[in-house]
Amino acid sequence: MKTLSKIYNIIIFAILYFPIVMVIVFSFNSARYTPMEWKDFSFQWYELLFQNEEILSALSVTLEVALISTLAATLLGTTAAIGIHAMNKKLRSAMLTINHFPMVNPEIVTGVAFMLLFVALAVVLPLFKPGFFTLCIAHITFCTPYVVLQIMPKLRQMDRHLFEAALDLGCTPFRAFVKVMVPEILPGILTGALMAFTMSLDDFAISYFTSGSSAQTLSVTIYSMVKRPVTPEIYALSTLMFGTVLVLLVLANIGQIRDIASRKKRAR
Amino acid sequence: MKRWLAVLLCAVLILQMTACSAPVTSEEESEEEEEVVWDWESLPAAEKTGVTLNVYNWGEYIDDEIVDVNRAFTHLTGIEVNYKTFDSNEDMYALLSSGAADYDVVIPSDYTIGKMIEHDMLAPLNFDHIPNYKYIDDQYKDLLYDPENTYSVPYTWGVVGIFYNTKYVDEADLEQGWELLWDEKYSGRILMINNPRDAFGITQKMLGYSLNSTDEEELWTCYEKLKEQKPLVQAYVMDQVYDRMINNEAWIAPYYNGDACIIMDEEEGNPDVDFFVPEEGTNFFVDAMCVLKNSKHKAEAEAYINFMCIPEVAYANAEYIGYSSPHTAGREMQDEELRNDPVYYPKEDVLDRSEVYITLPEETNQYVADLWLKLKR
Amino acid sequence: MKKKTTALAAPFGIWMAIFTIVPIAMVLWFAFTDANGQFTLANVQEIFAFDPSKGETLWEDSFVSTILYSLWLGFLTTVISLIIAYPLAFSISRATERVQLTMVMLVMLPMWMNFLLRTQAIKSLLSESGLLNQFIGLFGFGPLEILNTDAAIVIGLVYDFLPYMILPLYSVMVKIGKSEIEAAQDLGANTFSVFRRVVLPLSVPGILNGITMVFVPSVSTFVISTLLGGSKRMMIGDVIESMFVGEAPNMGVGSALSLVLMVLIFLCMACTRLVDKSDDYEKGGLTL
Repeated sequence: MKTLSKIYNIIIFAILYFPIVMVIVFSFNSARYTPMEWKDFSFQWYELLFQNEEILSALSVTLEVALISTLAATLLGTTAAIGIHAMNKKLRSAMLTINHFPMVNPEIVTGVAFMLLFVALAVVLPLFKPGFFTLCIAHITFCTPYVVLQIMPKLRQMDRHLFEAALDLGCTPFRAFVKVMVPEILPGILTGALMAFTMSLDDFAISYFTSGSSAQTLSVTIYSMVKRPVTPEIYALSTLMFGTVLVLLVLANIGQIRDIASRKKRAR
Repeated sequence: MKRWLAVLLCAVLILQMTACSAPVTSEEESEEEEEVVWDWESLPAAEKTGVTLNVYNWGEYIDDEIVDVNRAFTHLTGIEVNYKTFDSNEDMYALLSSGAADYDVVIPSDYTIGKMIEHDMLAPLNFDHIPNYKYIDDQYKDLLYDPENTYSVPYTWGVVGIFYNTKYVDEADLEQGWELLWDEKYSGRILMINNPRDAFGITQKMLGYSLNSTDEEELWTCYEKLKEQKPLVQAYVMDQVYDRMINNEAWIAPYYNGDACIIMDEEEGNPDVDFFVPEEGTNFFVDAMCVLKNSKHKAEAEAYINFMCIPEVAYANAEYIGYSSPHTAGREMQDEELRNDPVYYPKEDVLDRSEVYITLPEETNQYVADLWLKLKR
Repeated sequence: MKKKTTALAAPFGIWMAIFTIVPIAMVLWFAFTDANGQFTLANVQEIFAFDPSKGETLWEDSFVSTILYSLWLGFLTTVISLIIAYPLAFSISRATERVQLTMVMLVMLPMWMNFLLRTQAIKSLLSESGLLNQFIGLFGFGPLEILNTDAAIVIGLVYDFLPYMILPLYSVMVKIGKSEIEAAQDLGANTFSVFRRVVLPLSVPGILNGITMVFVPSVSTFVISTLLGGSKRMMIGDVIESMFVGEAPNMGVGSALSLVLMVLIFLCMACTRLVDKSDDYEKGGLTL
């Protein structure tokens, strides 16, 4: 049974990773229109990548939008979670329903709804002309619920009396918040922020309908490319991005595993 | 932010290059030294104007190797170019008419230009700012979509024909003309063009109708014909034609003659593929440069169009894109062989049998679009 | 004090009102008005090809077949993902903490490669000259024509959304204690009844979450069908896309279709709610 499940796991992971390995291999294949046929090993797509204005500007838009919306969503989501936590049951459930909405609503519907809103608003306020600003707004909106959802359980686990005790001991509410509450919910804030960043980076459907002409994210650019033959530069870029994330995750993972190990030692 | 990124990415690149591939590239480069068409880099760079032009063009539709047109333009004029691409006239039109985008220069096809003129989306051009207009062959001026040529400057032209794989397609079957796309012998190996206007156009020509018919009965007959074809079709595609034809996955595909330079390329393409224009006639199209009415930089936009009509630039674009050029001086610079190649520069008799698309009335467009959706159900 | 704390949620409330509720209201507005802003049912009628003058529906012209087709592909995707993900999630949840961390990371990692590129890779994998056909060719089979069929779409969807099934399943299963399973075994239950009586009931919330997270995006996709299905048959997402940015922009019908899609999905959600009555608040995070 044990070996069977091991074999099963290995097969599934192999399937999961095979296309990714293919993209990485494509990025080193010099053939332009037939990536499946191996021609020569070359770095030419990596070289061309740094001259490709379209891809580079899309990359910087993507990262800027992801950073801005992660920051804003984390701030908005953290305060919201604390506020919602303090509400009575009825109000709380209403707020959580609203919070759930963007997560459950099909992305394409969210996308076209934003498009309708921004096009209408742009008539009065040119700021809302689809572009970088509207991208950020859309991303903040669909990222925030994830942050809220990550922080809520942490608040629930927190000892309510801890905060009150801090107040009784003469802390100002703000100081009590920073000293007592933040350390308790910090893991939630961090996972929330990480999820927001991932969601923003990975989003296609909503960006597709809200980006307009001036700012295209990477996935929108890639979409216009997969309709025609993909310029292999994009394989090169994805390989670089994937490599970066892999390294970061491995580092983080090593840290976490060490953490567990030391905890276990202490427990013993 | 952007600079930081560039530095980071460059660092990675340099690392990789020094590690592996340095000797190979240097050898290759010395062997095939490219002729310099226009050494604009030695010219002094213009002062930055702070103006950014938003240019919207078809994908793979501007040279970025021989002259590197956009960089040259920025270098010489100090005007930044924000260059974006679209892959169908309809997508482009929908985006522009929704007000969701802010472009200055667009390069649509004939019938879309007509539609944009009708909807007052284009600005009349000041031809004093575009002296290089004189190089455009008269044959391509004053066409039906822009009768007095006030809004557009032709950029490329071409015809729709059929690409076929000589290894798998019987030469004798070509006599069927457009019917080849309905030949059950090649079921599952046929690609169909994925836009309603061209798909209906092909069917109209096959049935002997006009490309610009507004007769609903004729269009319905076309729809039924297309429905009949659907089981034989491998996929409805636009530029994905390239890899499928190159990989021998599909054998027959209607597409634009200019794309022969990719599909039939000796090295990267598939030399087994050939191209022909069916006897029944076809669509003769022109893609032209226009300035949008709400452009805030009309003069700069005209400068851009004028720049595109500089002979060296026109030559570089024609070479890179592969579509036929309406630019007399640019064409003169191309190889004799290419200029006489009936694939790239179709002969008079083909053009005589061809029609230009005109802008159809709104009801007809809507009817065709509905039929198209119905086909895909 | 409490009031002040509650007020912290105000910016969030205002933000969500403007950018979640108002846009959906606009979809409603477009769905039920004509070009002049007059109330009309024409858009909804067009979806069902309902002819008011005759009082009948022309099924052939309606989008009902498109909707059913999308639901069917979404259903297939969800079931297949569940079958594949369940054993995997369970075995992850039984591993040591260190292995769990690594495996969860391995499940999440593919999401960092742009899904369009992964789909593109699948496309070349499934193509006639692709690796899959080369592989089965070794055994004298094939070539299979998978690309440009419904099978290709479902394969692509399962591949893309599998992590969304694994993660919620895992996060619920990890809470099933070793002791609960052992207790059942001590009481004489065999492997099958341990699964049926202990593991399965306890993992229901995860199954439901996973179903939602896979079903919703696969029903409403508008890219994967184009890339892998050869755009021969449109899914509901493709139609909505074409109504907003495609060949025949018609925002009214597009909005009405969006509305239908939304209602369908909320109905499905309501069904899962009937099975699972626990409060969201008690359940904690959606994933992980």
